[in-house]
Amino acid sequence: MGLDLRENVRMALEGLRANKMRALLTMLGIIIGIGSVIGILTVGEGLSANITGEMAALGAQNISVYFQERPDEEDAGNLLSSMTSVWMEEEDGFSDEMLEALQAQYPEQVGPIAVDEGLGSGQVTKGRDYANVYVYGVNENYLPVYNIEIIAGRNLRAQDNEGARNVAVVSDKLVNNIFGGDVQGALGQEVLTNINGETYAYTVVGVYEYTQNAMMSAISTASERDISTELYIPLNTVKRLTGSMIGRYQYLTISSLSTDSQAVASLIQDFLNRYYVNNPDYQVGVMAMETMTDMVSSMMDTLSIAISVIAGISLLVGGIGVMNIMLVSVTERTREIGTRKALGATNGNIRLQFVVESVIICLVGGLIGILMGACLGYFGSYLLGTPSGPTLGSILLAFGFSMAIGVFFGYYPANKAANLDPIEALRYE
Amino acid sequence: MESIIAMRGIIKRFYIGQPNELEILHGIDLDVAAGEFLSIVGASGSGKSTLMNLIGALDRPTEGSYFLDGEDVGQADDLSLSAIRCKKVGFVFQNFNLIPRTNALKNVELPMMYAGVSPRRRTQRAMELLAMVEMEDRMYHQPNELSGGQKQRVAIARAMANDPAIILADEPTGALDSKTGRLVMDLFHRLNRDQGKTVVLITHNGELAQETSRVVTMRDGMLYEEGC
Ligand SMILES: Nc1ncnc2c1ncn2[C@@H]1O[C@H](COP(=O)(O)OP(=O)(O)O)[C@@H](O)[C@H]1O
Ligand SMILES: [Mg+2]
Repeated sequence: MGLDLRENVRMALEGLRANKMRALLTMLGIIIGIGSVIGILTVGEGLSANITGEMAALGAQNISVYFQERPDEEDAGNLLSSMTSVWMEEEDGFSDEMLEALQAQYPEQVGPIAVDEGLGSGQVTKGRDYANVYVYGVNENYLPVYNIEIIAGRNLRAQDNEGARNVAVVSDKLVNNIFGGDVQGALGQEVLTNINGETYAYTVVGVYEYTQNAMMSAISTASERDISTELYIPLNTVKRLTGSMIGRYQYLTISSLSTDSQAVASLIQDFLNRYYVNNPDYQVGVMAMETMTDMVSSMMDTLSIAISVIAGISLLVGGIGVMNIMLVSVTERTREIGTRKALGATNGNIRLQFVVESVIICLVGGLIGILMGACLGYFGSYLLGTPSGPTLGSILLAFGFSMAIGVFFGYYPANKAANLDPIEALRYE
Repeated sequence: MESIIAMRGIIKRFYIGQPNELEILHGIDLDVAAGEFLSIVGASGSGKSTLMNLIGALDRPTEGSYFLDGEDVGQADDLSLSAIRCKKVGFVFQNFNLIPRTNALKNVELPMMYAGVSPRRRTQRAMELLAMVEMEDRMYHQPNELSGGQKQRVAIARAMANDPAIILADEPTGALDSKTGRLVMDLFHRLNRDQGKTVVLITHNGELAQETSRVVTMRDGMLYEEGC
């Protein structure tokens, strides 16, 4: 048996070569099925690694706190409306007193609180050099809460905020563009920032390490030099310019000190909602980053189940196609089967020959499917910003599946061939 | 002399539909000694091929006893029949029956593959056999690249692969012109004379039959020694 396996494989490949078009059409179901499984696994794996990585980078323990419309009876429990934040009357925003009270109430759970306000996008210029920026006003907690690493100088301080000073923490990319990459030399220098036709001068007190958002960078068409990075200045410096109320906040990011950030989120929600019980229109909404991650991965799971079902159907159809072509092949080769039996082949030899042939068809189909799926997966994950190939596990899985389909759907025709009466087979015309 | 083929009272019936049974062979006794060159002649439809299938262990007789080189074919199961065909019988068919898309060498190796001979040894022996039938320069040709006479020579080499007790040839020259048929006949004579192979030949051609050491005639499912 072992001896003629190689010979059987050779025969099967020879048969495929002789009937290329028929073989290809037969394999189509297998190719599509295996290809879509590999493609989906590749994109899915890349995507969820990307998303969870990105979220972890943004602070997996962070909790967003915002205002939302008070749900009426109709859309109570509507996930989307509960996640939509709205703009509150300015004087009704979260106040420093509320935040102090919150931290005093839950010192073990509630960590640093980050607040920010965007000023807009602009450009820092120096002679002929430039760097595109988004200007954000932030408090001293913002950079630590978002895991942004200072590589030179210092973070913004509470005093910078109180004094609404014109100081800035800039990205290492900006330093590359404006100061020739000398991060130490950039400290203490002024950056001239044009926003909406106005020019503001900020003294650089710190430089942070810019980490590119992979998904954004894939979508953006900006060249390396034109990429916009965040330029952080004290929150009150921004509030001065925009005229928004100092000491009131529409949106908070709170770092959870407990690992169960979802529980902390509801503590925060209950505590802060007490200040708004009498507000007819608005209430406090919270969203733990963990919840987001869970939602995304469960969405990914649902998607891959749906596509796996489609792939499964395609593989089933493919398997039936293989069985059909094997039955045709057995009939066409009746005389050959008779001859082989006359030459001493046992029923087992004949069965093995046809099972091997069916497995070879499925394996070749599977191989083409894996290649196609890898290309699709690479292209898809490239579009999503994390170009990745199929994992070894998924390739082995695909090979195993192809083999199993070949054996399963090839067995019946092979058995039919094996049980042919040699005389009838030799007389067949 | 020792009998290679020993048939006693062989009856073969075919069942076509439940009540209709068709008796083709009506009680055949046949003994063939080792080293004989026997030819079976007879009209078309007289049952020659049916007898040949029984001799070659492709089928079991309905009644009677048959020993082939000491093996009881009448009582053998499917697996034993395969083994008997593999080791004891070399078939040569009228229409060659070479395996398509498989070169001459691989065709000759095939019975040895089923006999479990190692790849190296079977390739070596297949080459020797092809040289014996003067087909060594066509070793790697596919069947569809060979003429009828060449195909039949490959088929004869293939029949010799496992050094069988008998060579069974069913109208081996039927599809060949007389000149190539002559070459094929000479080959059987050589196997019989030089290697002492027992050969059973079925033929229409009385002239070819007369060259062999013994002729029997099949008439309506009965066998008669020549002259009867
Ligand atoms: N498998 C079978 N089923 C039914 N009838 C058969 C079968 N094989 C042979 N026959 C019949 O047996 C008779 C003898 O056939 P065969 O042995 O092939 O004759 P020959 O080879 O002498 O021409 C024919 O009438 C044929 O139709
Ligand atoms: Mg016949």
